[in-house]
Amino acid sequence: MFARFAALVTLGFGLAWSAQAGAQDTVKIGVILPYSGPFADAANQLQAGIDLYMAKHGDTVAGKKIEIIRKDTGGPAPDVAQRLAQELVVRDGVDILAGFALTPEALGAAPVSAEAKKLMVVMNAATSIVTEQSPYIVRTSVTIPQVNTAFGQWAYEVAGVRQAYTLVADYGPGHDAEKSFSKGFTDAGGTILGSDRTPVANPDFSAFVQRVKDASPEAVYIFVPGGAQPAAIGKALVDRGLAPPATKIFAQGELTHPEALESMGATAKGIITTFHYTLERDDPLNNEYVEAYRAANNGRSPDLFSIGGYDGMHLIYEVLKKTDGSTDGDALVEAAKGMAWQSPRGPMSIDPETRDVVQTVYIREVQEVDGKLQNVIIHSIPEVKDPLHGQPK
Amino acid sequence: MVDTTLARHHPDGAHTWLKRQSRWSVFEIAFWLATLLPFFLFPTYLTLASQIAIAALFAISVDLILGYAGIVTLGHAMFFGLGAYSAGLISVHGWGEPLTGLAFAAAFAGLVGFIVSFLIVRVQHLALIMITLGLGLLTYELANALTWLTGGTDGLRGIRTWPIFNQFRFDLWGYTAYSYALAVLFLGFLASRRIVNSSFGLALRGIRENVRRMPAIGSDHRRHLQTIYTISAAIAGIAGALLAQTTNVVALDALSFNRSADVVVMLILGGTGRLYGAILGSIIFLVARDQLAGVNPQYWYFWIGLLLMFVVLFMPKGILGGLARLVVRREP
Repeated sequence: MFARFAALVTLGFGLAWSAQAGAQDTVKIGVILPYSGPFADAANQLQAGIDLYMAKHGDTVAGKKIEIIRKDTGGPAPDVAQRLAQELVVRDGVDILAGFALTPEALGAAPVSAEAKKLMVVMNAATSIVTEQSPYIVRTSVTIPQVNTAFGQWAYEVAGVRQAYTLVADYGPGHDAEKSFSKGFTDAGGTILGSDRTPVANPDFSAFVQRVKDASPEAVYIFVPGGAQPAAIGKALVDRGLAPPATKIFAQGELTHPEALESMGATAKGIITTFHYTLERDDPLNNEYVEAYRAANNGRSPDLFSIGGYDGMHLIYEVLKKTDGSTDGDALVEAAKGMAWQSPRGPMSIDPETRDVVQTVYIREVQEVDGKLQNVIIHSIPEVKDPLHGQPK
Repeated sequence: MVDTTLARHHPDGAHTWLKRQSRWSVFEIAFWLATLLPFFLFPTYLTLASQIAIAALFAISVDLILGYAGIVTLGHAMFFGLGAYSAGLISVHGWGEPLTGLAFAAAFAGLVGFIVSFLIVRVQHLALIMITLGLGLLTYELANALTWLTGGTDGLRGIRTWPIFNQFRFDLWGYTAYSYALAVLFLGFLASRRIVNSSFGLALRGIRENVRRMPAIGSDHRRHLQTIYTISAAIAGIAGALLAQTTNVVALDALSFNRSADVVVMLILGGTGRLYGAILGSIIFLVARDQLAGVNPQYWYFWIGLLLMFVVLFMPKGILGGLARLVVRREP
């Protein structure tokens, strides 16, 4: 009895609040990211993408002012993310939840978005299942199976590789990458000679690379976390003589990210990677974006996090225009379904069935251009969907 | 720290002294009544309040071994995480009843605690810190490797907690979550209070003060330490299970070193060797974190660090110890 009374009183308060918010004609967006802790850099890059979009397009959409409320999870803590999402909805009266650099954060907040019927824009978290956790989730980043399954297929069909070896870091994303590359490759007809997993922290790659060499594959697929590891594995590969063109080196885009390329130096030449965003892609929209981003961030280049945040904001602006400023969760998510646009990364759209991102996957090779190492696009696979959705588990 | 003069002077003093210690003071009653205030004053902060209650229960479990028995630990999140995962796992596999989930988590964490305690009682000081730290890290990596069971870095999914007594559903506002966490915290506190105010509790303090003397007066210190370590592990397991049930998610974070370290920070802030110190520490830590992170999400840890240094320098017995010094004690 008492609990019900108290709930009614608070509900009254809450309604009064949201009415007030409506009267002020603002749309509140709660951004949940790991601003502190080991993933702070990713959060800052993503936030910079959001800020850039807002600086460029103003903070008023469909006659409403956009207000951002930032909340810190401190890392992959789903309980904290859930509490923050709950507080944002209940206390701050936000209309849209956004951010989510890490999968556990998105999984924590998903039930809140489902219960409160709020649009939730996932701007990075890259595990397939994320969008299945709430009917209000829309993703604007990438999924690991999306880029790697297409890559495996390409390796067999276009690059003509018949047998390969996989070497991935022993953690969730690494396992996903191994599984999806192998699937794309073997479904097309290729053979995986062997799979090894390296420790996530400070591994010594030489023993692993030697094992790969002993199997003498035509190609090796590598997935390691960013930071110091790309340089370490590049050196190990060259030391053992496992390098292109004799052996093809395949990887996901992080391995040859501009900052990683700098530390790898010439050892990176010839590495072929798959990704959804390529910094050097020559396209007016991308050039303008990169230039503006560097100007706003002391010369730092945008990365995969930045583009996720940038396109996430684009989606929010566009759906608000479509609903004419209405923040009803159902209306917003309906507006998002099937939406397509030109992003600095290339053409992209939201799958109306899965609410997941559909985009071009780029296969790039590290080449020397004007004395500088760059990821040069050698092949584009348009309109790739995440292959795992709708499959039996 | 503890006034034992009475116990020394009277032949029957120990019994009287213990009895006096376990009497409820006005402050205590007022404190527990105050825990009901969030329902009326801060109804939009109930989720935070429930997580504070969970952290407080976890801090009490650490206080029992660190503050009372002198077992310094940097790996207690191991039991918190084991409790969270066991409660989460039975829910994933079709049994989401919360109270039996708590009991199962307590039993499992307690069992592991009992096994580990054989190792714990053999070492002291620096070696003890290293052993607890190592065990915590091992458990973390084990959970990371057992992806098929724990979901690995993605966390455990599909937890569905049934309504308590089939009556009270876990709501978005956190009414049920806070009531549930608070009730369990209170019961855990009552049990711990009973333990520290018993002759067993006194024996623990004896071990903390001088571990060599205890065998000399005929006290089986190893068995005492094993008992309290097992109890503490079970309580930590309950706290973990509460978190799993009120949020319906468990990730590796529940086992992380950060969680072990944060709980020690809470204890130091509040004051070790006092059950209310554990509760006060978790309130201060989490409220400060919430407020500071709201102001600046990037650098809030700076202020926590500053607060910690201030407390350690000027109130070595924690905030509660500092407050207690200000209140003049009434002698009987």
